[in-house]
Amino acid sequence: MRYISVLIAAIFAHNIALRYFLGWCPLVSQSKKLSSAWGMGVAVTLVMTITSAVNWPVYNYLLVPYGLEYLQYIAFIIVIASTVQVLEMVIERFFPSLYTTMGVFLPLITVNCAILGVSLFMILRDYTLLTGIVFALGSGIGWSVAIVSLASIREKLRFADVPKPLQGPGITMLIAGIMAFAFLGFSGMVGIK
Amino acid sequence: MGYLTPIIVLDIVAGSLAVVLVIANKLFAEYEDVQLDVNDGEEEFVVEGGQTLLQAFTENEIYIPSACGGQGSCGFCTAKIKEGGGPVLPTEEPMLTREELINGVRLSCQVKVREDMKVEIEDKYLEVEKYSSEVISTKDVTPSIKEIVFDLIEPETIDFSAGQYVQVQVPANGDTVDRAYSIASEESVRDKVMLTVQLIEGGLGSTYLHELEEGDEVEFTGPFGDFVIQDTDATIIGVAGGVGLAPLRSIVFSLLEKGVEREIWLFYGTRTLEDLYYHEDLQELAEKHDNFNYVPALDSSQPEWDGEVGLITEVMKDYLEEGEDMEGYLCGPPPMMDATIDLLKDYGVDEEDILYDDFS
Repeated sequence: MRYISVLIAAIFAHNIALRYFLGWCPLVSQSKKLSSAWGMGVAVTLVMTITSAVNWPVYNYLLVPYGLEYLQYIAFIIVIASTVQVLEMVIERFFPSLYTTMGVFLPLITVNCAILGVSLFMILRDYTLLTGIVFALGSGIGWSVAIVSLASIREKLRFADVPKPLQGPGITMLIAGIMAFAFLGFSGMVGIK
Repeated sequence: MGYLTPIIVLDIVAGSLAVVLVIANKLFAEYEDVQLDVNDGEEEFVVEGGQTLLQAFTENEIYIPSACGGQGSCGFCTAKIKEGGGPVLPTEEPMLTREELINGVRLSCQVKVREDMKVEIEDKYLEVEKYSSEVISTKDVTPSIKEIVFDLIEPETIDFSAGQYVQVQVPANGDTVDRAYSIASEESVRDKVMLTVQLIEGGLGSTYLHELEEGDEVEFTGPFGDFVIQDTDATIIGVAGGVGLAPLRSIVFSLLEKGVEREIWLFYGTRTLEDLYYHEDLQELAEKHDNFNYVPALDSSQPEWDGEVGLITEVMKDYLEEGEDMEGYLCGPPPMMDATIDLLKDYGVDEEDILYDDFS
């Protein structure tokens, strides 16, 4: 039951993109087309889940015993960077068709703050390993929901008469802001703890 | 010990990740050698897998144009892929037209070679060669434009059509990047190549070329480009702006040298009198040949100038006749070219008969 509530909370009520405003750089730049939004969403979800699963033992078994919690930022960042690289190699080698749809986006998320944010939240909230993984998976799905809905709206927007100064990132930020308001409606549903 | 613990712990994390990366690289990123077949068996190579098609081409001394150096932003390095290569990547789509996508045209800097491939490139690229050369003279022809003559060392001669360009290999951070420059010398000069280069503040290629001295060695590939004279009887309307004179100089000199009897006009616009280069040569040529007309124009009047003044498009209006059979050959700054294209269309020239050289 606890896992399900954490999962739902991470997807909706505590959506990493629309509630915490993390990972907005790719959210704005890769939401022009629905197909690339899907690719990006899958890539983020995958990387988020795997890096949390690696970061949890690194923190709890390596940093905590020696009282080195303050090294978490640098440790997490190098873990994320190398995980992304290995993942890219594996996908390129064994799943060529997947590589063409989402693999090309992997390097873009090496330094994505949503990925680091999820690992840090996991530590901050004292999750167990399994809860942490579920939370990361949910956050990834939540981020995908955000980018895919944003891309769908933007594809429709091609036919709208957007004032010149707002075209491109401007109107995208506005839409995402309105979406964030909408997601506030989920906040009473489930808590994250 | 207290100070060493964080260092050791971080080293353990980083070190083990490095080990994982090394192993992964060995396991996953090494590909077997594959067969590359170019133009139905005209050239066949065995290349190392995992690299891009463009790298495989370059390794085997096939030089196709790639102005951006393999970053997927210029869209020049196209090749038709008949077998292998996987589906079109999102990074290629914006650069290719719908027709190209249907015909299997891809950007060779994005396609990775992982399996045996059959590709097709234009025959002329198989003729493109890499030249090593030595600078034999440099001369300032205007305050910002230098004329540089290269003597070809290996291969000793070059076969090109007037209007084509070469890609100079400019050293940068231990590597080289390609920069395109039109050949300004005439077709008959086969053992030398002359370039005219405008110094651009902070420009990698132009700074390098401007600093060259006699005896320096320079490498370039070529010739490239479709900016060449079409085989018709139409009047040739050449329009050059600033340093854009280079390919048109080659065209005019080559045609007149061959004794072509087509009517040739050269409209040449610059800012000031100092910026006009090869002015005397072209005047002399116009006096000698009845079919060649040379019309230089300056942006604003100068006391010692008694020629045309004003925008080149305005000047052209005084000379062109509507409905005449004409072909346009333009090279210069983009706004000038756009205005000239509009003007020529107004005078009844078909869009297909207006060629322009654009690598600004």
